[in-house]
Amino acid sequence: MSLSSQFINLLASIMLLLAFAMLSQRRIRSLIRLFMVQGMTLAVSTAVIASTTNQNHLYYSALLTFSLKVVILPWILFRMIRQLNVEWDVETLINIPSTMLVGIFIVIVAFNLALPISHLAGTITRSTIGIAMACVLLSLLMMITRSKAISQVVGFLSMENGLFFAATSTTYGMPMVVELGVALDVLVGVLILGVFFFQIREKFESLDLRHLEKAEEE
Amino acid sequence: MLAVLGLPLAGGALLALWGHEKWAPELNSMVSFCTFIATTLLAWKVLVSGPMVVLSEQFFIDSFNVFLVVLTAFVAFTTTLFSRPYMRNEALLSALSNYQLRLYHSMYQIFCFTMLLALTTNNLGILWVAMEGATLATVLLVSLYRTRASLEAAWKYFILCGVGIAQALFGTILIYFASEKVLGAGGTALLWTHLDAAKGALEPTVLSIAFVFLLVGYGTKVGLVPLHSWLPDAHAEGPTPVSAVLSGLLLNVALYAVVRCKILVEGALHNRFADDLMIGFGLITVLTAAFLLWRQKDIKRLFGYSSIEHMGLMTFAFGIGANFAGLLHMTVHSLTKSAIFFSVGHAVQHSGTQTMEAIRGLVRLPAIGWGLMLGALAILGMPPFGVFASEFLILTHAMQSHPWSTPVLLVALGVAFASIFGKVQSMVWGEGAGKELPHAQASLPILLHLAMALLLGLYIPPYLARWYSEAARLIG
Repeated sequence: MSLSSQFINLLASIMLLLAFAMLSQRRIRSLIRLFMVQGMTLAVSTAVIASTTNQNHLYYSALLTFSLKVVILPWILFRMIRQLNVEWDVETLINIPSTMLVGIFIVIVAFNLALPISHLAGTITRSTIGIAMACVLLSLLMMITRSKAISQVVGFLSMENGLFFAATSTTYGMPMVVELGVALDVLVGVLILGVFFFQIREKFESLDLRHLEKAEEE
Repeated sequence: MLAVLGLPLAGGALLALWGHEKWAPELNSMVSFCTFIATTLLAWKVLVSGPMVVLSEQFFIDSFNVFLVVLTAFVAFTTTLFSRPYMRNEALLSALSNYQLRLYHSMYQIFCFTMLLALTTNNLGILWVAMEGATLATVLLVSLYRTRASLEAAWKYFILCGVGIAQALFGTILIYFASEKVLGAGGTALLWTHLDAAKGALEPTVLSIAFVFLLVGYGTKVGLVPLHSWLPDAHAEGPTPVSAVLSGLLLNVALYAVVRCKILVEGALHNRFADDLMIGFGLITVLTAAFLLWRQKDIKRLFGYSSIEHMGLMTFAFGIGANFAGLLHMTVHSLTKSAIFFSVGHAVQHSGTQTMEAIRGLVRLPAIGWGLMLGALAILGMPPFGVFASEFLILTHAMQSHPWSTPVLLVALGVAFASIFGKVQSMVWGEGAGKELPHAQASLPILLHLAMALLLGLYIPPYLARWYSEAARLIG
């Protein structure tokens, strides 16, 4: 196993650890910081893959990830929480230890699911596919268990991170048009959500989604 | 081709600036009308010269998508006709600000743009981007009134569809992964035309996992049970033109994405895996929606559930291979359901409430009352309307290939009939008074749509029939 592929595996395990850390983190500010670190890890791993495999377009992809997920999005999110003044602890719907247990179970499932795919992958990063899938599912779990709108959004964004990680580790990245399109969608999505938060806040005086009336499930 | 995509985009930009002016609704209609003309020209070209690939293979038009392109542009156009008086009434009744009107008109055109982009793109990745773009464009439309219920509906819509569509992205990544082995890395490996040519060589295991993700992902947008819960909320809380285009267009385009992926997966797998998944999801959807219809109290929610039921039926039709019937059903459902929403929109303004028990005596506004009555009869599959023809075709096909499913479908259709018909009848004929509307209602789009649905039930013009058969053959 070459040095660079060991390095990529290291970064992949950091991604997984960060996903767990986000799952257990209760302060929104730290949650966004963790999201920043995750974006950073993603950008570095993309760049490492680019340099070892001479896939030049991956450098752009790494740059895109860095600017979007480490600079722009956290900046928007931090601004939002400052203006909305939501710094307090996040209360989870299921307590954190049981969430972690469910998370471990999810990782096992993800690795099993990824097994046939990673057998087929010819990339140097194939052992990380299971981790990418686990990251996606863990972010999904985070979205389900959180009740604050902002933490749901961070969960959504970190799911996007997991998907990008899956794309780079299975296939050395999607075609550039697609990556640009996805990045645009994410950015617009967050901007729209920003508008949305203010509307929710105006009406409910809180960003806690449990304050929304229970939908009539009829 | 450029005009088809460029017009709505330019319209979106223009209306973002002047969407609050008095003439904005007319401009909105104009843009949509020009788009519609452009799509008919495009369809004509395809009809004459066959499928084509344009702009360095980034766009691809064949008989399957061109008919949806025309349908989309047509319904988008008639909806703008309806939205003219409707939004003027709304602006007075709900006191919409200039900002809200600009947002509405601009997002309406952007939404049309993403729909047309999703239909015409040759790139599965761009298809995904356009679908996500459609969600983003409509999410702010759903929450336009900024009431508690509408904010909640929009949030649910965003989160559920966001999560769903993320699964579809994963599916797309897996398809790229499989195709890259065959077609080599780079731009061409996600182009549908290339994938279609090489589909026999794609790795079956990966594609079957990919299809599950894609079906769940795009299926969320189609409104398949159990991922449907955003749909009735979003239909009930947004302005009615938005409900009409959500039902008439967005669901169709999402189903189009599923069917496109199904063609690939089928070619790689050589078994009925994808079909069986679609049959299963389709049947569960039809049944669940039909029984939920019974309990509805809100008129827009009622027809939202009816859309879920019909999307389930179409998914089922494509699953059993009744492609001709499925395509016909897509067309007539789009036309009829948007006509219903047009009448419902004015009916709600007329009586000032969405609760069905409080809506009475619609027949005093003849176009609305009769429109709703005939529309409901049409959507329930009464002859001589088009839905009858397509449902009949689906049922006979099901009887031949999957006999056990016919009673299930008949029960569901019967329950849906009983629930919708009784409710609509008392709304139209019951005693009650409503208020005068400041702007006269738009009867033309309702009548036009119903007339077309009627025509398709009585007689399908030969070129249209040829078109459907050609598209049905493509789906395979």
